Amino acid sequence: MIVAKPKPIGEIIDMIKDLNKVLVAGCNGCVAVCEAGGLKEVEVLASALRMHFMQEGKRMEIDEVSLTRQCDKEYFQPIDDQIDKYDAVVSLACGAGIQYMAENFGEKVIFPGVDTCFIGVTLEQGVWSERCQACGQCVLATTGGICPIARCSKRMLNGPCGGSEDGKCEISIVLGRDVPCGWHLIYERLKKMGQLDRFAHPSEDKDWIASRDGGPREITREDVRP
Amino acid sequence: MTTTPSKLEKIIKSGQYAVTSECGPPRNGNPEGIAKKAELIKDHVDAINVTDNQTAVVRQCSLASCIRLKLMGLEPVLQMVTRDRNRIALQSDILGATAFGISNVLCLTGDHQRFGDHPSAVNVFDYDSTKLIQTVKMMRDDGRLQGGFEMHEHRPNMFIGAAENPFADPFEIRALRLAKKVEAGAQFIQTQCIYNMDKFKAWMKEVRALGLHEKVAILAGLTPMKNVGMAKYMKNRVPGMDVPDSVVKRLQGVPKDKQASEGIKMLIEQIEELKQEEGVRGFHIMAIEWEEKVPEIVEAAGLYPRPSVN
Amino acid sequence: MRLSYPTNVRIVKVPCTGRVAIIHLMKALERGADGVFVAGCLEGDCHYQAGNLRAKKRVNYVKQLLANIGANPERVAMYNLSAGMGPRFAEIAREMTEKVRQLGPNPVKTGGAIKEVAA
Repeated sequence: MIVAKPKPIGEIIDMIKDLNKVLVAGCNGCVAVCEAGGLKEVEVLASALRMHFMQEGKRMEIDEVSLTRQCDKEYFQPIDDQIDKYDAVVSLACGAGIQYMAENFGEKVIFPGVDTCFIGVTLEQGVWSERCQACGQCVLATTGGICPIARCSKRMLNGPCGGSEDGKCEISIVLGRDVPCGWHLIYERLKKMGQLDRFAHPSEDKDWIASRDGGPREITREDVRP
Repeated sequence: MTTTPSKLEKIIKSGQYAVTSECGPPRNGNPEGIAKKAELIKDHVDAINVTDNQTAVVRQCSLASCIRLKLMGLEPVLQMVTRDRNRIALQSDILGATAFGISNVLCLTGDHQRFGDHPSAVNVFDYDSTKLIQTVKMMRDDGRLQGGFEMHEHRPNMFIGAAENPFADPFEIRALRLAKKVEAGAQFIQTQCIYNMDKFKAWMKEVRALGLHEKVAILAGLTPMKNVGMAKYMKNRVPGMDVPDSVVKRLQGVPKDKQASEGIKMLIEQIEELKQEEGVRGFHIMAIEWEEKVPEIVEAAGLYPRPSVN
Repeated sequence: MRLSYPTNVRIVKVPCTGRVAIIHLMKALERGADGVFVAGCLEGDCHYQAGNLRAKKRVNYVKQLLANIGANPERVAMYNLSAGMGPRFAEIAREMTEKVRQLGPNPVKTGGAIKEVAA
């Protein structure tokens, strides 16, 4: 899923402090799963914001809503009629959802309430880890199901580099936390599968045109269009 | 018969030991910085590597310094990391180097930028070292750029080098990785600096088993220890570096003012031992910010004077 | 046991303090309570294994959140005692009341007329 984390509340307070009516809009998709922007988070954030402004003696109306998702137009329907009365919306959806809400409600100011970080998985409750860089040209078949673009700090195709030590990436020493060496993981998988010869030959080139580097992407699937 | 005008290649092909060293450019626009370092070592080495923003710390670019050395009549080795430049810039720099007659390139992936003084920078790594090796080979042998453009004249004609770290994990594939680089086009290798002689020899054994020692010239990397502090730092704080306890202990066993000379002594002993190792075709002496010691080391190791080639 | 504790304490009963969510603590303060405390079983004695530990974590989260919005983290607290410790409950109630009394009324009610933390 897309993994996001809540923005520091001070930042959000700064965004809305001169306004009077604000809607906090959550999303029940990815951000709810990673506990950054679901209904629970909306309620707590809205309550905290209300308390803050009440303490300051400021009359601020902060309403709450959580939508099924914010990346499909249809799901904005519940707020279609009311959105006009708000000065701004603090959206806790991922970057895509926040933008889509802005696109959908043309004149409305939409503020981000979370920092969208990566495509990843839940390792355990409260710990999420990056797995995919959306490069547009998946090579997982050749690397034992482990992605060298997302999991190698240098996105090498012919890894590991000379800094791989004890299965850890060289940046572990700088970060102060253990980052597994993506290529070490690939090595262990390929070893189990008896495919170590992959390390003996240079790999195919990577075409970055399919990734972000080729420009903002769009997919049109004629086969599923009406 | 050599493939390039490289003096380093000629010496290696002549069957004699090659000696190389490295210099780091200054952290400002000083035009004399690299020249001064080169002056200290020029008669004791066959080629001088210029590092490329080593450990992701901004310095004068390697290409500029290599041009300077070339104009001084010396033999530079252009170190190129793929961390900071995409395929367009990499090929562009190779063409620039070619225009100045630079004939040696060391293809590296490069330390992650988090180690350096600009950790917020974008991480390029369009290619890795293996892909860069392939690219330089293609430019030289096929006269083509990666995008297909054909150069009808003034093709790069470089002696292609790469690095290898026998001490990084997993050990099992370290010789395979060398095979990969050789297949990609590597002609000479400079290894990470060696302190664990047993492990290096184990690696050489694997390398010989694959017949790689006959396809690529391996130059053993060596760095003299200045003191115990340096030994401990290298042991604990540098990923991929293998410093056995015995090395640290030996330095600890001598008084502080004698540690530097003990470090030099240890290095010279290593050279003598490595001369016995089949497949070692030379020595890459990295005395960073201690370049003045290189002549002493080369002489004590019986590698002076350097051979002359045409 | 018919012990007395201050009348300003309103009790909300839950089967286990693990049931107490962050929003409950926030709402209490938002609606004007001057303080809120969570009284859970002694650590290690939770009937439902670790409910009181979750409550402790949530109380700490709320403390941090209060600090971040300029409120006083002392208005929320976690206490541990067993069901049989009647006098201890009364003691806690008195202690919390006294603490909150010293902090003054919740600025949420007073609209900042009495400031908690210098702006």
